[in-house]
Amino acid sequence: MLETNLKHVETVQEFDTLLAENDKVMICCGRMGPMCLPVYDVMEKLEPKYAQVAFRDMDFDSPVARETIRRLPQVQSFGGLPFTVYFRDGKLMQATSSIQTKQQVTAILDQHLA
Amino acid sequence: MPTESDVMVIGGGPAGLTAGIYLARAHLETLVVDSGAAGGQMILSSAIANYPGVPRITGRQLALAMRKQAESFGCRVESQAEIESLSLEGPVKEVTLAGEGAFTARAVVLAPGGRPRKLGIPSETAFEGRGISYCATCDGEFFTGEDIVVVGGGNSALEEAVALTRVARSVTIVHEFDRFQAQPWAVEEARKNPRIRFLLAQDVREFRGGDHLEEVVLASKRTGDETVLRARGAFLFIGYRPNTAFLDGLAALTARGEIVTDEALRTNVPGVFAAGDARQKRYRQITTAVADGTVAALGAVEYLTALERPVWPTWQASNVIELAPAMVVH
Repeated sequence: MLETNLKHVETVQEFDTLLAENDKVMICCGRMGPMCLPVYDVMEKLEPKYAQVAFRDMDFDSPVARETIRRLPQVQSFGGLPFTVYFRDGKLMQATSSIQTKQQVTAILDQHLA
Repeated sequence: MPTESDVMVIGGGPAGLTAGIYLARAHLETLVVDSGAAGGQMILSSAIANYPGVPRITGRQLALAMRKQAESFGCRVESQAEIESLSLEGPVKEVTLAGEGAFTARAVVLAPGGRPRKLGIPSETAFEGRGISYCATCDGEFFTGEDIVVVGGGNSALEEAVALTRVARSVTIVHEFDRFQAQPWAVEEARKNPRIRFLLAQDVREFRGGDHLEEVVLASKRTGDETVLRARGAFLFIGYRPNTAFLDGLAALTARGEIVTDEALRTNVPGVFAAGDARQKRYRQITTAVADGTVAALGAVEYLTALERPVWPTWQASNVIELAPAMVVH
């Protein structure tokens, strides 16, 4: 279980429902590690400012991560935690690997999920 | 959020949070702002075993405990705060944070810390998260059974290289100098590991690959000869650089960008103090950052106290009071 203030995606059903019921979704799939924590912190900061986006996290070692995000073709070449993915209308718009700054996350949100 | 403080602390690592604890406990309105997550470089440590009184703790746990302690005394901590402008001159210091507006304070503690130094070659950015990493604990498992490169010659590089041999097939340590800066015990441990080989006096010229890193191109500093290493991963541990670009022209910095202070951790600007890894000093440890935060905070308290102390009137003839004989005490 990730110790963040974000809502967690813990089952495949939750993941499917999340994408079905929300046009704009950002999920950070990681651990409680040093490269992941700053991204969760950024998401917690941005969540109130981007009310139209559903912000979630997902434990990298959970079954749901293995069944969903870790299976995406776009992340197969990734070599750094966390894997952060951005969906619009159920379609993957962008995926990033490793630590991201607030400016980098904001730029992607503004480009794809504005 | 109130926009006026007694003291503003720029940086929320161990130095900044310690300053926040001391300042708030002195009943000063204190705001700590950090451009990233509170905790600074401390949260990069998966295990801290040399913080006195705490046998073993993660960097995240220690950072969280320090933040909670500061907040329990009334200190406000704002993470992910991007500084747009900063004015340190004069009795009122002002910082403007992106999307938040202007904040003023009568004193400032600069504790912006540092960040991992990068090689600065174009192909480095292209492969970050796709083979290039700055955290062995986080990303080591992605390179299970692979050949990898570790760049650097300090304690971190050698210790992480040894740790990475638990997952990687081979680890090549590449260092720009012909000798290591690491402590002898760290060098010895790496040298006796059969999975580690060494390439010294080498510059990293380029990273190559497709979706993922495949090759690291080196050049001998002695001969200029190129060597191409097949490597799926490259872990860079080449030191830290201070986060002081925003202070250029505002406070005295060394050629390396470190903040210059005196023994009381005063900068060259009245009312501005500095603490932690961004300061010019020999040793950069959590314990030294905590000590710096304490000294800088106490200095700021003293500075503000002196500002508030009534100024003794200029000695003039009109100030002289004639004492009656009965008032003279022998």
